[in-house]
This record gives sequence, structure tokens and C-alpha cells, in this order.
Amino acid sequence: MEDHTHDHARQQLPSDPALRVLALESLLVEKGLVDPAALDALIDTYEHKIGPRNGARVVARAWVDPEYKRRLLTDGTAAIAELGYSGMESECLVVVENTPQHHNLVVCTLCSCYPWPILGLPPTWYKSSAYRARAVIDPRGVLSELGLEISQNVEIRTWDSTAAIRYLVLPERPAGTENLTEEQLAALVTRDAMVGTAKVSPPPETRQQAGEPR
Amino acid sequence: MNGVHDMGGMHGMGPVVPEQHEPVFHASWEARAFALSLAMFGWGKWNIDAFRYAIERTPPAEYLRVSYYEKWLAGLLVLLEESGLASRAELESGHPAPGSLKADPPLTADKVAPVLANGVPTERPLNRPARFTIGQAVRARKINPAGHTRLPRYARGSVGVVDSIHGAHVFPDSNARLQGEQPQPLYSVRFSARELWGEAAAARDTVYLGLWEDYLEPV
Repeated sequence: MEDHTHDHARQQLPSDPALRVLALESLLVEKGLVDPAALDALIDTYEHKIGPRNGARVVARAWVDPEYKRRLLTDGTAAIAELGYSGMESECLVVVENTPQHHNLVVCTLCSCYPWPILGLPPTWYKSSAYRARAVIDPRGVLSELGLEISQNVEIRTWDSTAAIRYLVLPERPAGTENLTEEQLAALVTRDAMVGTAKVSPPPETRQQAGEPR
Repeated sequence: MNGVHDMGGMHGMGPVVPEQHEPVFHASWEARAFALSLAMFGWGKWNIDAFRYAIERTPPAEYLRVSYYEKWLAGLLVLLEESGLASRAELESGHPAPGSLKADPPLTADKVAPVLANGVPTERPLNRPARFTIGQAVRARKINPAGHTRLPRYARGSVGVVDSIHGAHVFPDSNARLQGEQPQPLYSVRFSARELWGEAAAARDTVYLGLWEDYLEPV
């Protein structure tokens, strides 16, 4: 399968990627190979309909409903489908739980595998050479740079998405959130916490209270 | 293939730099390249493994130089030409060959939501038991396939423990070359960081990889 035809074809198209894509789309539409309206629908889906708010709903549900959490940790694919999330890039989903003893971190060293239906498309840093190279050999260094210090007493489990399995980190529920609704909890959950490069922070008012002498 | 895409453990890549309030796409051409790549799967002429393999065949210096969606675009061009869906002449000129018939696109706007919701499941029935069991020590084989593989270099030769078994899945190494699905058991294998990286790694830390049965051997 070694060939270099692709180099040649690439070089014939304009070097500016914007012009190259424009030329390619025009050709494929003219040949009847793609429907431009389908392209618009795909883009609209990932720009506006699918994103980390989906995953945040999953996390918040697991925090308030122990039975859902049990199902989520047993069969992540089925449990996220209960909330209406499924399909492309999460056909087989495994949820890994952060605890006082374990911190989970997700990476794809070989490309950019990521659970699209619950987190949307991955951010640039997740796809970067730096993250792909370092998350497996130096997870503590990477997390420290991102502002997260993990105690040596805590096991860091790095999940390299080398296969058909996609991962969602179930972060720890922050203290002081006992009275929040499921919706309020979901609003606290960030994308990075579900990849494992951050923890979920308590709401600002709780942090202020915690800082006050009692 | 031992390509530059197999980055786990490399040094010199610099810091991880998050972008605040990052948009889903940084330019409209990125969105179009993404959507074109997805839509063209609808023809069934290639699969996700073939797409990854096409991207991996980008020359190493170029792979590192160009942006993410430029790599997608490069992979798509390779597959269009290899599959015959578009000829070299068409890709060079930007125009259909004279007299060619206009096709009907398989993916129309109304099908986008159901296609995404269904995804492309890779699990397949298997009429034999898995070779390894949960808790068993296994070694990632020391192999260097010239084609597509999902066994990263950094794990080859290392010993881990089977943590879970996820049924049988399409084997990327054959599927990428359109040589059949050859489904086989998929294992989640736990390696200690020290087994992979040596004594400098944190004593407690672990790395989990999804590994197909052909990547593993008994210890």
C-alpha cells in the first residue's frame, strides 16, 4: 500500500486549505457525491447540538441517583443512551470514576479518539502533539501545568483510547453541593473535568463560605 | 506503521496549551473539511480504520507541520483517489471528467441525525471463547507492522494484566486495508507506569490500553 499518489494530488490543489476545501467540495457536489445540505446539518449538529453539556447531564444524574451511577459504571453505553446520547464515536463507552484513591485521565496517543455524543468534538489541546505524547509518560507533569496537582498517594490511571472504547471520567462531586439541584450540579461540570485534566469546583458562593471563619 | 502519529512517550513536543473559549471550528473551511470527511463515509468505500491509515501515511514532517483538519483533508484525498470515487485528473482540475454521470449522495440532510445516533458499531459476534481471562498477565507483542495498527510502540514488549473484556470487535489492522473485519476479542489491559517507562515513573500510576487479541501473548 506504499504509494505517493496522494502527495501528487495534494500538490495540484491550492496550498491554502480554505481554497483547497472549497475546490474539493465543489467537485464532490458537482459529481453528486455529497449533498451540501447534509454538510450543513453535520456542522450544525456539532456546533450547536452536541457538546459537553450532554456529558455534564450524565455526570449530574450519576451524582444524584446512585442507581443510575451504578448502571453508568457497569454499562456506560446503555446508561448514556437512557439520557438520549449514543452513536458516532461512543458506540462502546466506558465510564471511569474518580475517587480519593484514583484519578483518571483520558488521551488518544495515536489520533484524536474522543466521546463525541457526550463531549462534542475534542479541543485543540486534546489533539495536540504535546498532549498525545506526554499524557501517558508524564501525566503528573501535564496535570500540574494545567493547574491540577495530584498527590503521590493517589493513583493516576491514564486511559489511552487506542481501540473501539471511548472513555468518560466521572468526576468527584464537590463538597458543599448537597443542596443543589441536578440542573445546578450539571452547570458546575466542565469538559476538562470529564477528560480528567481538571476537578469540578464548588459554586463560588460555597467557596466563599468555606473561606470564612466559623 | 511506526509513524510519527504514534506519539505516546515522545519528548520535545512542548507544553499543553489550552485555548480559552475555543470555538468548535476555527474557520469555516475546517467545518467543511470535517463534514465532507464524515459525509463521504456514506459511500461505504472505506471505513474509519482506512481513514486513520490514510492520515498516518502523511509524510512525517508534513504530519507535524499541518493543522488537524488539513490532515483530515489529506486523508480524504488519498481515499477518494484510491477508491476511484474521484480520479487524479478530477482532483487536480476540480471538475468532473467529461461525460461522467452525476451520482446521488447517500447521506442527505434528513439522514444525518439517525446516522450519527446509530454510529458505526464495531462489536461482532464471535463463536469461540476469548483466549485470555480477566486478571491474567499478558505481554503486548513485540511487532512492527508496516500497515495500520492500534498497538502503540510504547507498549510493545511490556507485561500488563487483563482488566476487562469488551466482546469481539473489528480488527483495525485488516479493516484499514479493506482486507476484512476479522473480529476478535478486545481487552482493556492495565500496565504499571513503571513497566512502561521505568523507575522514574510514579510507583502507583497505571496506563490502560484497549488491545485486540492478536496484539497479546501469554506470559
